Amino acid sequence: MNAHAFTLAGTALHARPTGALWLPAQRLLCVSDLHLGKSERMARRGGSLLPPYETQATLERLEAEVSALAPKTVVCLGDSFDDLDAALSLPDEMRLRLQSMQAGRQWLWIEGNHDPGPVDLGGTHLGEHHAAGLTFRHIARPGCAPGEVSGHYHPKHRLPRAGTSRPAFLYDETRLILPAFGAYTGGLRAHTPALRALFATRAIAVLTGPQALAVPL
Amino acid sequence: MADTPLPPQFAEWFARKGWEAHPHQLDMVARAADPATLLIAPTGGGKTLAGFLPSLIELADGTHEGLHTLYISPLKALAADISRNLRTPVEQMSLPVRIEDRTGDTSATQRKRQRADPPHILLTTPESLALLISYEDAPRIFAGLSRVVVDEIHALAESKRGDQLMLALSRLQALAPGLRRVGLSATVEDPPALASLLARHPDPCPVLMADPGPPPDIAMLTTAQAPPWAGGGGAYALPEVLAAVKAHRTTLIFHNTRAQAEIFFHALWLANDEALPIAIHHGSLAREQRQKVEAAMVAGDLRAIVCTGTLDLGIDWGDVDLIIQIGGPKNVKRLVQRIGRANHRYNAPSKALLVPANRFEVLECQAALDAAAAHDLDGEPRGPGPRDVLCQHILIRACAGPFAADDLYAEVTSCGAYAALPRADFEACLDFAATGGYALKAYDRWQKLMQREGLWGLRDPRAAQRIRMNIGTIQDSELLKVRLRGRGGKPLGEVEEAFAASLTEGDTFLIGGEIVQYVGLKELTVQVSRAASRAPKIAVFGGTKFAASTRLAQRILALLHGNWSTLPPGIQDWLALQRDTSRLPRGDRLLVESFPHDGRAHTCFYGFAGRNAQQTLGLLITRQMEELGLDPLGFVATDYATLIWGLEPVQDAAPLLAPEVLRDTLEGWLAQNAVMKRTFRASASIAGLIERNLPQSRKNGRQATFSSDILYDTLLKYDPDHLLMQITREEAMKGLVDFGRVEEMLARVAGRVDHLTLDRVTPMAAPLLLEVGKVPVAGAGRERLAAEEAAALMAKAGLAP
Repeated sequence: MNAHAFTLAGTALHARPTGALWLPAQRLLCVSDLHLGKSERMARRGGSLLPPYETQATLERLEAEVSALAPKTVVCLGDSFDDLDAALSLPDEMRLRLQSMQAGRQWLWIEGNHDPGPVDLGGTHLGEHHAAGLTFRHIARPGCAPGEVSGHYHPKHRLPRAGTSRPAFLYDETRLILPAFGAYTGGLRAHTPALRALFATRAIAVLTGPQALAVPL
Repeated sequence: MADTPLPPQFAEWFARKGWEAHPHQLDMVARAADPATLLIAPTGGGKTLAGFLPSLIELADGTHEGLHTLYISPLKALAADISRNLRTPVEQMSLPVRIEDRTGDTSATQRKRQRADPPHILLTTPESLALLISYEDAPRIFAGLSRVVVDEIHALAESKRGDQLMLALSRLQALAPGLRRVGLSATVEDPPALASLLARHPDPCPVLMADPGPPPDIAMLTTAQAPPWAGGGGAYALPEVLAAVKAHRTTLIFHNTRAQAEIFFHALWLANDEALPIAIHHGSLAREQRQKVEAAMVAGDLRAIVCTGTLDLGIDWGDVDLIIQIGGPKNVKRLVQRIGRANHRYNAPSKALLVPANRFEVLECQAALDAAAAHDLDGEPRGPGPRDVLCQHILIRACAGPFAADDLYAEVTSCGAYAALPRADFEACLDFAATGGYALKAYDRWQKLMQREGLWGLRDPRAAQRIRMNIGTIQDSELLKVRLRGRGGKPLGEVEEAFAASLTEGDTFLIGGEIVQYVGLKELTVQVSRAASRAPKIAVFGGTKFAASTRLAQRILALLHGNWSTLPPGIQDWLALQRDTSRLPRGDRLLVESFPHDGRAHTCFYGFAGRNAQQTLGLLITRQMEELGLDPLGFVATDYATLIWGLEPVQDAAPLLAPEVLRDTLEGWLAQNAVMKRTFRASASIAGLIERNLPQSRKNGRQATFSSDILYDTLLKYDPDHLLMQITREEAMKGLVDFGRVEEMLARVAGRVDHLTLDRVTPMAAPLLLEVGKVPVAGAGRERLAAEEAAALMAKAGLAP
């Protein structure tokens, strides 16, 4: 798996093909928008009974990243749960899997718009996190200082020869927006005005998939 | 007149009109008390009146309260049309009969009133009926229902709409036990099979055959210019088509796809120097546009309509005296039914001209002419009733109120298509509707249906609204409306989402015969402006592509080795050249040609198995090539052949075609391909897992919706035996994957593969190089090219990769 290496505000970063962000010097792994418990929330609200496996699928992918990289810190960049009730009704098995991933490392839950309160699942609950000259928050703030890392938008981008659109990292000299890591997450096209307007003219999209593919946005 | 079953009032009406009732009309009256009857009659044979006469006779004394007869047609337009035509006898005989139609186009006020006070005769569609039976007051609405007339039942029977309708009828029969059923059909290859679909199982269903009338007058259109090598437009024949239009009163010009209809209409309009009134009609046009065309046609104001299958059904267009079919007819039965539309006067032969769109289709048209003359109709036998439709029916039933599983099972198995449904399969569908049916029982608290005191019902009654919003089995792949920019811009029609996604600002395309320019996407509407250019930049958007039937493909193979004298000289030369430089494909052998072209290795497989099966063959062979390191890049499939290109040449084709290898590859591949995902999406939305329509308040941004592919991948990994995965496999095998026809082809050639290696493109393979609809292979070769493209783009932007 070849990641795309780049720097933001002087910090070296790897955009991984899985959609996770890796800071090698800090051994920090960052994932965004896990949306755990999404199918449960939809059923609760009288919607479709979706295959109830997305929590397991998402955690398995996260476990693979954690065991491949052995991070010192894991930052979950908000919307980790589809809502706070979804966090409360997480099945015991999933709870255990999360706890065993958390063992021996710092685990930070950044607050998102879906999960604005603390959860009783270990780790630390924060509004923002500052590390390695970067600011980790859920939603990008227009006019922020260089070095902002956020999620929320679930960006996706399309490369004609690679076929359908894929979840993508978007970055310029100021900020980086991560793709959603959760299994049941849609995407917002990178050229959607609300999203595109957050970036300078010269910006890069890194498509996830079998390999990380960087293209100019 | 002494032995006529017609009451005096009706006999007098016929006499006053100077008509004599057709024998089949009298037969229908005589059999009015039968539980089920199927009438097969040509268009113009007074088929609809035959269906309604018994109802009008029963209603004539004015004593019937409430709904008496339900008329179901596959088209909204047909329901409206019949409602107009039926009023004539009712008014002329002063019958105390109220007739109304109810379709998706009926206003909400009108629909509400119809539920409170139903008319005597209600004309509707399968979808509107499914919605009606979902209401809690359905028992009251249908209490007095005596007869149901299913029009164009042959067309409904070809799709899941027919299954949905028959399930709805089983429900009606439970509400109105004396209900009698009548089916009206065009010529079909197997009338008893259709009859058993219509009747309540195991009721008998006699088939009445009306006099089919004189044989049609069909020929291939003679053109000055020979057809092109590839493509489907038929533009080369414009002068002759226009001349034929001028020589007739009214012509219907049929195309196989909407895109082709658009392109042809545009070209015809430019060539139409006498400004003959010509219109276009197809399923993607805005309703207002279609209605305008229909009204103009009924009024006799049009000389020609360029159309697609949406006009296949028996709307009474009046004076159509010529049918032109552009492109291979693909299916002899459909051709014969289409041609039956010309000349509505009983006992006058229908007239039709076939226009092959390319050279290969000349063979197809000739084979179809021979088949039509021999009354050799094709048709694939229908399988058992699909379970995704049953899942939807269970939800619909739940909307109407609590039910016992035993009762519903008894109703469902009274449908011919579901008569053999095992109880266990029914329970699995019920479990799916109730709990999602997952191996992981996750929704105990949030079940959709719950059992209370032995009866099943909705856990949350508010779910009924969402279920009702998603009724239906028609899979219009994600369609977006197209409107002219500006406030209250004029709606022009719809395009597929995938097509819209491929547009960039400034692109021009055809819709409704107009060239428009893409401006942007606004809230799921494609905004366009009128474009001044004469030629559209992009003219392709989806539409149904039918596979040529097995019978037709066999006839073409026979024609290749038979008498060429009926074929135009250019075609004879082309075939002779193929015979001399390579070989002609045969039914009992499989011809494979390999040749280099444009720097890529090409291999062509002439399976004659139909478009879908040839496509599957392409996917299976490229997958094996991928494993062999041949780096295939893509392929294109037609009804007759699959052409594959890649970085490395195929040395020996025979091992790629070993049935057991193909079957194994299929197993592994089925799981991971786009066709399966598309099939899954269709079944999942019919079964109710994917909601196509959501209440307005829930539509919050597109990032909230995610692709059904993700659901498919998740089920494949964690619950591969889930009901929907079973349904998807079953559907794909007979539908888009059509492995049945791959198997049939393999059995036919029995390992006799002739693999020729040639130094250049062969005459028969050349047209394939020009085909549109190339399928890229997502493999190592593609990933390599994508990485190269990304690097090139970065370099061009002056950025380090």
